[in-house]
Amino acid sequence: MTTPSNIADGCAAPDQSAPLPAGVDLQKETVITGIVKNAEGEAVGGAYVRLLDATGEFTAEVVTSPEGVFRFFAAPGSWTLRALSRHGNGDLTVDANRGVNEVGLSVVAA
Amino acid sequence: MSRDTALVSADWAEKNLGTPGIVFVEVDEDTTAYDGGHIPGAIKLDWKTDLQDPVRRDFVNQEQFSKLLSERGIGNDDTVILYGGNNNWFAAYAYWYFKLYGHEQVKLIDGGRKKWELDARPYSKDAVQRPATQYQAKAPDLSIRAFRDEVVEAIGVKNLVDVRSPDEFAGRLLAPAHLPQEQSQRGGHIPTAISVPWSKAANEDGTFKSDEDLAKVYGDAGLDGSKDTIAYCRIGERSSHTWFVLKELLGQENVKNYDGSWTEYGSLIGVPIALGDEPGKA
Repeated sequence: MTTPSNIADGCAAPDQSAPLPAGVDLQKETVITGIVKNAEGEAVGGAYVRLLDATGEFTAEVVTSPEGVFRFFAAPGSWTLRALSRHGNGDLTVDANRGVNEVGLSVVAA
Repeated sequence: MSRDTALVSADWAEKNLGTPGIVFVEVDEDTTAYDGGHIPGAIKLDWKTDLQDPVRRDFVNQEQFSKLLSERGIGNDDTVILYGGNNNWFAAYAYWYFKLYGHEQVKLIDGGRKKWELDARPYSKDAVQRPATQYQAKAPDLSIRAFRDEVVEAIGVKNLVDVRSPDEFAGRLLAPAHLPQEQSQRGGHIPTAISVPWSKAANEDGTFKSDEDLAKVYGDAGLDGSKDTIAYCRIGERSSHTWFVLKELLGQENVKNYDGSWTEYGSLIGVPIALGDEPGKA
C-alpha cells in the first residue's frame, strides 16, 4: 500500500492546501472538505477545525491552509464541524456519504 | 509532579521570551507551521526527522538525543519549554523523551500553538540559532516506557488506557479521521483497556482541564488508582498527552507510555484483540 507523499507517517494533519493524494480511493473514503470564511466572506487561514461525531465526541482536528481549506477522512454518517479562530468560532452539521462532501463553514466573532 | 512544575501558561511564556536559561522549543510532525511563524526565539524539533531513528523502528537513543540537543544548543541546566500543534501531542511526546533521558527542567505551554494562535499572540519568522552545547543525556528511564510483552501481560491486571477516538477503539476506523484510512492494521483494542480519548483531558482551546475535572474523567471511566497504568494510542504521541496528564498533572505513580501502541500491537501475531465499544474480557 503506498503512502501518499504529502501525508507523513504520523497523526498530524496532512498538508491541507494540497489536492487529494493520488492514493486515495474515493470508492472507499468519505472525505469532508471545505473552506472556513469570516463574516465578510474572506477565507480564514490558520483556523482550527474539529470533527465531532454524532454524539458530539471529538474525533479529529486540522488547521486550515492559508486559503482556508480543511479536509477530513471520516466515515458515512452525521458529523459536526466546529471552527475556532482568532476571528471567531462557528459550527456546522453535515450528513456525509462516501466520496467527497464539500461544505462551507463560517466563523463570527463572539 | 504537579501543574505548577510541569505546565506554564501562554501568558507566562510570552513574558519570559528571551530569558537566559529558558529555551523555547516547538515540536511538530509538520514543521511548515514553525517555518511560517513561531514563538519568538523558539527552535524547532521535527518529530520524525529529529526524534525517530532513521533506520530502526524506534526513537533516538541516548547518544543520538545527546547529539541532537548539543547541536540545537540546549544545555543540561536549561529550562526547556515545549509547545506544538495538534493540541501539544508531539510536544507531550517530546516532553516524555526529555523525562526519559533525565532532563531536569522541562515544561509544556498549556494549549500549545493553538492557544497562542487563538490568543492572537505574536509570531516570528526569524531564523533561530543557538550556540552548540555538550549535552549529556542520562540512561533511559524505562519506568515510564512500556514494551509489547508487558502490555500483553497487563491485560486484565493493570490499567490499560486507550486514548484513541471511540471509532478507532471499536475498530471502525484504523487511524484518526484527518488521515486516510488505508494504513492497514487489524482494528480494535487491547482487551480490558478502557476508552478515554485524549481529548477528554483538554478544553477546546487546547488547554488542559482542571485537576478536579481530570480526576473525574478517569475515575468515571474506571481507572483504578491502586493499579499501575499503561497508556497507548496509534503511534504513541496522543498517549504521551494522557501520560502527561496522569503522571505529571495528577501525580499518579507508575504510569507508562506504550509508544509502540496500536501500530505495533495491531500487527503482532497471536495477541488477543477486542472489537466494539466495550473493554472486553482478559
